[in-house]
Parts: sequence; structure tokens; C-alpha cells
Amino acid sequence: MHLSSDELILWQHGFFKLNATIVTTWALMLVLVVGARLITRKLASDVHISRWQSLLEIIVVTIRKQIEEVGLSHSEKYLGFLGTLFLFIALSNLCTIFPGFEPPTGSLSTTAALALCVFVAVPMFGIAESGLSAYLRSYTKPTFIMLPFNIISELSRTLALAIRLFGNMMSGTMILGILLTITPFIFPIVMSMLGLLTGMVQAYIFTILATVYIAAATRARQEAED
Amino acid sequence: MLIDWFTVVAQAINFLILVWLLKRFLYQPILNALDAREQRIAAELADADAKKAEAQTEREEFKRKNDEFDGQRTELFNQVTIDAATERQRLFDAARKDADSLRTKQQDTLRSEYQNLNEEIARRTRAEVFAIARQALTDLAGSSLEERMVEVFVQRLHELDVEEKKKWALESSSATVLVRSAFDLSTAQRTTIEGAVKAMLTAETQVKFEMVADLVSGIELLMQGKKIAWSISDYLVSLEKGAGELLKEKAKPEAKTEPKPETKSR
Repeated sequence: MHLSSDELILWQHGFFKLNATIVTTWALMLVLVVGARLITRKLASDVHISRWQSLLEIIVVTIRKQIEEVGLSHSEKYLGFLGTLFLFIALSNLCTIFPGFEPPTGSLSTTAALALCVFVAVPMFGIAESGLSAYLRSYTKPTFIMLPFNIISELSRTLALAIRLFGNMMSGTMILGILLTITPFIFPIVMSMLGLLTGMVQAYIFTILATVYIAAATRARQEAED
Repeated sequence: MLIDWFTVVAQAINFLILVWLLKRFLYQPILNALDAREQRIAAELADADAKKAEAQTEREEFKRKNDEFDGQRTELFNQVTIDAATERQRLFDAARKDADSLRTKQQDTLRSEYQNLNEEIARRTRAEVFAIARQALTDLAGSSLEERMVEVFVQRLHELDVEEKKKWALESSSATVLVRSAFDLSTAQRTTIEGAVKAMLTAETQVKFEMVADLVSGIELLMQGKKIAWSISDYLVSLEKGAGELLKEKAKPEAKTEPKPETKSR
């Protein structure tokens, strides 16, 4: 038994290695991209649309609405990043329904990579929105004394993002594995269902937190506008 | 070690690639489709609004025209009603005029017929009366009556005044005197009359006798347009003339009494 799918190495050549995390990620990417491509290939701007198009529109519009509700006015700019974050984590967690599937989000490397992406994206969006100086000044607010605390907060929340998702997903998978050995019937199914719910909630939490961080970083400009 | 840094980097790169791919194949097409639909719906709504406004304008225009048409129709109807009433009145007047004219003509005709009939009746009555009278007198005429007639005629010749006799005498020098009688005069009577004529005129006067049935029990003397006569026919002619004049006078007031005009019908 292994804690992370990173440990399951399929191919290695020196520093480069192909572990289960990367392979499952590629598989999920393939599903997402091919699925999206297949549906969006025949998009209709008419009133009558296909069910799949309707599903995608609901997903996209809901994500955009959530982003706007958090406080980001130009949701289209953040839709690519935050939407992909949600879709990737949600699909990854949803696929735990398949027996033997180890979600990439159960690997700390993946969650760390996603958290790092958020860690980089937040200042990037902040700087793009309000400029470098305004963004940097936001670390000294409300007073200059808060600068170290703000920097610590920035790092710790990134760490928290990575650990929270990893912990939840890894624990879910681990519990399911342990339960299968103890009570192989019925109970693992209940736990699997609970795992699905937890997975969706985690995807939502991760995305919403990332949105909140970006919103906080871009608030300098909004405050200036107000 | 839970974190494999190669995997971290690989996953970060994978994620960024996924972001790009999904942006290209998912978000952008879906957002474009949504925008297109929104624009289309907005355009359709705008079009619908424009059509609604146009329909409203057309409706108002139609209503205005309809009202105008109603007004014109009412006006025309009123005009036509007035015209019809005028025409009706005109036709009615013309018909009444024609009827009056016809009635007048009819009345005239009737009056004329009535008058003619009256005259005819009067004439016939008169003729009949006189025919009866003539017949009666003719039937009654006998020798004594004829003698008496001759006597009376002769007496009348004698009773002519002097002036009259002179006039007759002047004109009778070369003329023939015609004595007409309703009956055949006897020789004695002819002699008596001839003697009386010659005594009144001259002895050379030629006397001619002629019998005329029309003279009802009478004798007359004719000479160059002048006449001395006595006959019942004269009396009868005089009476007939008098009766005719009386009837004419009677017919005039009756003709004046015209029938009452008919009541004006609707």
C-alpha cells in the first residue's frame, strides 16, 4: 500500500519518470479536452441546443456566476484558470467511483502544483489588474508592520490549499482501502459515496479559495475605483 | 517524501496546458455561443420591439383610417339619406303633380263628357219633345186649323205697319214672292194669300207656292232674304232656343262645382 500515486512509477529515465499521477492526469486532460472539443465542435447559437451543449453552458455559466458573486467583476479573465481548476479537481475526485482509480488530487505533488499555480497566479492577476506598486503596497496594509504577516499568510494559505485537498483525497482513498479489507460489502459503497461528496466539496472549496485570493489581490484597483 | 518535485513541475505544466486547451476548446466557444445567442435574442427582441412599435403605429394608423372611414361613411350615409329624402320628395311632388294633372284632365274629360252627355240628353229630350209636339200638331192639323192658319197669316200681312209694307213694296217690284206652307194649300187659300200679298205689295207681284214638311203647321213668305211667317214651328224653335239657353245656363254652375281633390297619400 502506498500513500501517493507518485510512488507508482511506470517508466523512468534518469530524472524523468512517468508515474501514475502524471498518467492519470493526462488521461483526465484527454477526457476533458476531447469531450469539450466534441461538444463545442457543433455549437449552436440558436434557441434550440443539444443536451451536451446545454450541460457545458450550465457549468460554464455557473462557474462564471460564482466568480462574479465572490467579487471579481470581469469574470471572463479568470474563467480559464479558475474554471479549469474546478473542472480538473472535480473530475479527478469524481473518477474515484471507478475501482482502482487513484485520483491525481490524492497526490501531494499535484495539490502542491495546483497550490503553486494559485500562488503564482494571485500576484500575476493582482499586478495585471492594479499594477506592481499598488499590488506590493497591498502587503503593507493596513500598516507596514503587517508586511511579514501578510507574506506568511500568503505562504501558509498556499500550503493549506495543497495540504487540505491532498489530506481529504488521500484520506478518502486510504479509508476506502482499509475498509475494503475490514468490511468488503456495503460499507465501502457508502464511504465511496461520501468520498464523492467530499471530493466535490473540496473542488468547490479549492476553487472558491483561489477566487477569493485573486479577488483580494485585485481589490486594490477596485478600491481606487470606488 | 510525499512531494516529488519532478511530478510537481510536471503537474504544474500539465495544468497550465489544460488551462490553455480548455480556454481554446471549451470556454471561448461556449462564451462565444452564449454571446451570439444573447445578441441574437437581443436582436430578436429589438426586432420584436420595432415590429411591435410598427404594429402599434400601423394599428393607430388603421384605427385613425377606420375612424375616418366611419366618419366618411356616416357623412355619406347622411348625405345619401338627405339626397334620397329630397329625391323622394321630388318624385313624390312630381307624381302628385302628374296625378293632379291627370286628375284635372280626367275631371275635365269627365266634365266635358258630362256636359256633352247633358247637352246630348237635353238635345235629344228637346228633339223628342219637339218631335212629339210636331207629331201631335201634325196629327191635329186639319182643314179647320189650316184655314185658321191661313187667316192668321193673312191677318198678319195686313197688320204689318206702313213702313214695313213700304220696304217690302220697294223690293218686290221685279221679284217673285215664295210662299211656303207645311200643308198643301187649296186653290181658295192660295187665292186669298195671293190677294193679300198683292194688296200689300203690288199687283204685279208673282207668287209661288211651295210645300215644306219641316214647317210645322205654318206658312211663311220669303222674298229676297226677307221673311214673314207664322208657324207653330217658329214657336217651337223659339221654345227650343229658350230651353237650350236654359240648359246651358244650368250646365255652367254644375261645371264650376269641381270634385274635391283626393287626400294626400303617403
